[in-house]
Amino acid sequence: MSDPAAPRGAARRRRLGGTNWPLTILLLLATLTVLAPLYVTLSMAFKTSEQAVDGEAFALPAPFNPQSFAVAWELTRFPVSFGISLAVAAITVVLTLFLSSLAAYAIVRNWDRRLFRWSLFYLLAALFLPFPVVALPQIQLTAMTGLDNPIGVGILHAMFQLSFSVLLYTAYLRSIPIELEESARIDGATTWQIFRRIILPLLGPMNATVGIFAFLASWNDFMLPSLITADPALQTLPVVQNIFQSQFGTNYNVAFASYLMAMAPTIIVYLIAQRWVISGITQGAVKH
Amino acid sequence: MTLQTPLAEVAVQQEGPPVRTRSRSRRRIEPIYYLFLVPALLLFTGFVVVPAVIGIFYSFTDYVGYGSWSLLGLRNYTALFSDPDILGSYGFTLGFAVVTVVIAQVIALALAVALTKRIRFAAPLRTIFVIPMVLSGIVVAYVFNFLFSNSLPAFASAVGFAPLEQSILGNPDLAWLSIVTVSAWQTIPGALLVYTAGLTSIPGDLYEASSLDGASAWTQFRSITLPLIAGFVLINTVLGVKGYLGVYDVIVGLTGGGPGTSTRSVAMAIFGGFTGGDYAYQMANATIFFIVTVIISVAQLLVTRGRTIRL
Repeated sequence: MSDPAAPRGAARRRRLGGTNWPLTILLLLATLTVLAPLYVTLSMAFKTSEQAVDGEAFALPAPFNPQSFAVAWELTRFPVSFGISLAVAAITVVLTLFLSSLAAYAIVRNWDRRLFRWSLFYLLAALFLPFPVVALPQIQLTAMTGLDNPIGVGILHAMFQLSFSVLLYTAYLRSIPIELEESARIDGATTWQIFRRIILPLLGPMNATVGIFAFLASWNDFMLPSLITADPALQTLPVVQNIFQSQFGTNYNVAFASYLMAMAPTIIVYLIAQRWVISGITQGAVKH
Repeated sequence: MTLQTPLAEVAVQQEGPPVRTRSRSRRRIEPIYYLFLVPALLLFTGFVVVPAVIGIFYSFTDYVGYGSWSLLGLRNYTALFSDPDILGSYGFTLGFAVVTVVIAQVIALALAVALTKRIRFAAPLRTIFVIPMVLSGIVVAYVFNFLFSNSLPAFASAVGFAPLEQSILGNPDLAWLSIVTVSAWQTIPGALLVYTAGLTSIPGDLYEASSLDGASAWTQFRSITLPLIAGFVLINTVLGVKGYLGVYDVIVGLTGGGPGTSTRSVAMAIFGGFTGGDYAYQMANATIFFIVTVIISVAQLLVTRGRTIRL
């Protein structure tokens, strides 16, 4: 935690030429805790079944065998599971963005009204509601209403994102000066036009943040789809991975190929969108 | 799971009072604002609040998930407190949450401090450290399952370290360590980002002034950094504990609650209620769990109140 190489702070560091190399090297070594499991996933996926069971997880694949991907593709019905995961995440993201931006705008602009103020606290209370409390009744309700399918999963994911998203939006909206809207109002704009033309564009960065978090939460979730979706053929990508735990227990190369195919999309999206992911947290954590 | 997104941790920070209130109370409210708010409220009520209320209601009955039921009063609740399985799951869950939150916060804070020092490759390093956050918990747990049951024992026998030559997943005394490891691995990135945001908001001249006075790095950390990011520590800890209390995916992927019931969390016990026929009983468990979660969160907030500095 302390910085062993720079006991006298900035002055000493400047004399050392700026870069704190021991700490840099320590951090580079620490990245192995992240990279090693990813490397194992990658290398196992390209091994043959014989090589995969010998226990040497860190050995390079020899011979290099990409066939596991084809088998995993078939076993998990990858295009179907992928499509369902995508549909669930899309429902979640669209519903979350739509519901929470409008609600947050109404709440912030009518903060002096009890109904609106209490609505925020009502939504925020869910931050303290553990999922297991509502899980069993939700399974029943979705079954009764015919929502025990990916659509229901998407809706429920959006509901669980609501607290966090409304919170982010309200904080952000409070930093937008109301004068912008007042001048538009004088020009005769309706509230909807103001939201559509002024607020929505200003919400751009926050939309990205809220959308990414909603996407990640939905795409990666195991608990809700596994509990809610009645038809196993309609399961999302993380849930279908469990077939390798039972039926194909020793086909490690196939299992890891499948894990890799399940992980890769979020890693790729993250590497592209990391600027927003990281700035989104910063915006959320530091007050404007 | 959705509620547990480590990033939710940042959020509560903004709950504070600074609110744009204008004296507009007399103005007539535009109906369209209701149109903006009501859909969210209705859906939220229908899909979250109503199920919660139904569940709490059934906890006072002998309902098994279908068919008829009759009221039992508090009998489910009194039975819970003498059920060794339930008490065991609370013991495991609370212990796990405390250990994991301490480990994860210390590492996250150490990494965040290190990443704001004068180091090379700061941006790519941060990018790598955040990767675990974007991966699916269950898939990560499956990968670590392999590492714990194959690679770690192989490594232990290669170096001749007998205690680890058997998979820790099959050892009732050690299996929980695997769950702590993977949970920390997954949640450190979110906490790290929050701490990074906190650290960058500290003015640099504070450090310059103190190093002119001859303060060591450790003194600077204790007397400048820690007090100024106390609010972030609080938020990370409160929502971290809350998330760990609901631990499920990681356990399913690593131990399935075993060996025996040594790593069965409260969440797993509750979900078992739907297939196990003791629906009402587990809803009583869920209600208690809700109360425990709220008490712990509020207690954390109260204990640390006054020691935090608002930014």
